[in-house]
Amino acid sequence: MLELVDLSHTYGSYRAIDRVNLKVAQGEVVCIVGPSGCGKSTLLRSIAGLIKPTGGNVLLDGRPVDGSPENLAVVFQDYSRSLYPWMSALANVGLPLRRRGLDKKRREAAAMAALEQVGLAGAAAKFPWEMSGGMQQRVSIARALAYQPKLLLMDEPFGSVDAQTREELEDLTLRVCAHHGMTILLITHDVDESVYVGDRVVVLSKAPGTVVGDLPVQLPGPRDQIHTRELDAFVRLRAEVGRLVRGMTPHRNGVETR
Amino acid sequence: MPKVNGASLLRGLIGTAGLLVVLEAAGRLGAWDTERLPLVSTVLLRAGELLADPEFLVSARSSLTTWALALLVTIAIAVPAGLLLGMVKPAEVAVRPLIEFLRPIPSVALIPLVILLYSETTHMRITVAVYAALWPVLINTIYGVRDIDPLAKETLRSFGFGPGSVAYRVVLPGAAPFIATGIRLAASVAIVLVVTSELIAGGIEGIGVYITIAASGNRLDLMIGATILVGLFGILVNALLVAGENRLFRWHRARAGAAT
Ligand SMILES: Nc1ncnc2c1ncn2[C@@H]1O[C@H](COP(=O)(O)OP(=O)(O)OP(=O)(O)O)[C@@H](O)[C@H]1O
Ligand SMILES: [Mg+2]
Repeated sequence: MLELVDLSHTYGSYRAIDRVNLKVAQGEVVCIVGPSGCGKSTLLRSIAGLIKPTGGNVLLDGRPVDGSPENLAVVFQDYSRSLYPWMSALANVGLPLRRRGLDKKRREAAAMAALEQVGLAGAAAKFPWEMSGGMQQRVSIARALAYQPKLLLMDEPFGSVDAQTREELEDLTLRVCAHHGMTILLITHDVDESVYVGDRVVVLSKAPGTVVGDLPVQLPGPRDQIHTRELDAFVRLRAEVGRLVRGMTPHRNGVETR
Repeated sequence: MPKVNGASLLRGLIGTAGLLVVLEAAGRLGAWDTERLPLVSTVLLRAGELLADPEFLVSARSSLTTWALALLVTIAIAVPAGLLLGMVKPAEVAVRPLIEFLRPIPSVALIPLVILLYSETTHMRITVAVYAALWPVLINTIYGVRDIDPLAKETLRSFGFGPGSVAYRVVLPGAAPFIATGIRLAASVAIVLVVTSELIAGGIEGIGVYITIAASGNRLDLMIGATILVGLFGILVNALLVAGENRLFRWHRARAGAAT
């Protein structure tokens, strides 16, 4: 459904991403990993139509996108800045649902259900500035999930929560997305997370970012936080992604540097 | 946003009362001719009596109406203009020199010109007051719009909202605390300019006119009494607006507090 063709972006003379090519199928969960500053957020902002890439194209269902694509939700890396301080958590989550043509009651019910899913039912009336960073992050995840977009872009969405909440949110995201047939592009710098969450892991190089690895994740059975992470296949894949992120070529027998 | 707490309010009251007592004592001890310049107690008494004086009340109502209309016109012009100039950078660049030229011109200096333009005194007074009150609202609104986090706008855009929705749902509420401060400043400025235009240009009704007439009758007690009432009205309006801001924009203070 989503296709990036030679997508490039330069800020002034600084080249942030360089000819990124990527095809994402409907319903797929693609994780993008790469070192800090390699242009991951730039890539995501280009797809969301928030910056106009200086080169290449973003295609959605085969058509080049101009502006923000329809039916899209973004969980921003700066989640706290993307929440509205004059609105309660419930109103923040409910706001985008106006695009869905729901009346106030249905909007509030859907927003409440989403807050419950991220474990914030008790904080629905709180304002963002009355919440911890992790709570704010969960509100912004709830907002995206409640919207039920066809394409969900997430920029390091689980960075500010504790390990256990993080695992719960990973599972929740996978469950909700599978249920509604959403396609997800999830950016992370956590190699473990990328292999656990993704159907595919795409590795970007150091700046200027470009695709240096595109690994399918084939793990048997449904994902499970404990068992999946113990699997040999999981461990092998994780090591391979780790090598790619560090700028080494993957090799079955030992490690070679490029 | 200024916040008045109980302790500082009490101290202010004590200070004011102390000053009044000293002035009263000085007057009684013969520091000046109380036939010409009345005692503090006389003035305060007159001020109280004025509130029940039909002649004064007609003037007060006239000034109040002029002031309220001037403030409404100011808001109706300056808020939309400020939103537009804040959101559309080229427009702001284009009119900035004009604003910088017009803003320092004292509204009072325009009174002779405005008198020639209007036959109706109320319209004249409103025009003079609006000219002065416009700037704080306009400048604050532009500043408030600028202050909005670009990511807040981008978030709504990414959910597919158009520019109109972004303006209404993010820009307007985000800039509202600044707009409110501008309106509070404008309210004070408009009081000053309404009374000033009444004093300078005259007319049939208005507190400024009342003061002029009292002066021609050498009634300093009435002049000062009426002036005090204008001052008290200014304080009251300011206090009400500050209270309103503190209530409505709790989020803004909380955020500003967190940032510093
Ligand atoms: N608006 C901008 N103007 C100029 N340079 C920018 C801008 N935004 C990002 N950059 C630069 O582009 C590069 C890539 O930034 P980007 O935010 O996409 O990285 P990232 O991979 O998301 O990093 P992180 O993992 O730290 O979030 C960085 O070197 C950054 O300094
Ligand atoms: Mg980033």
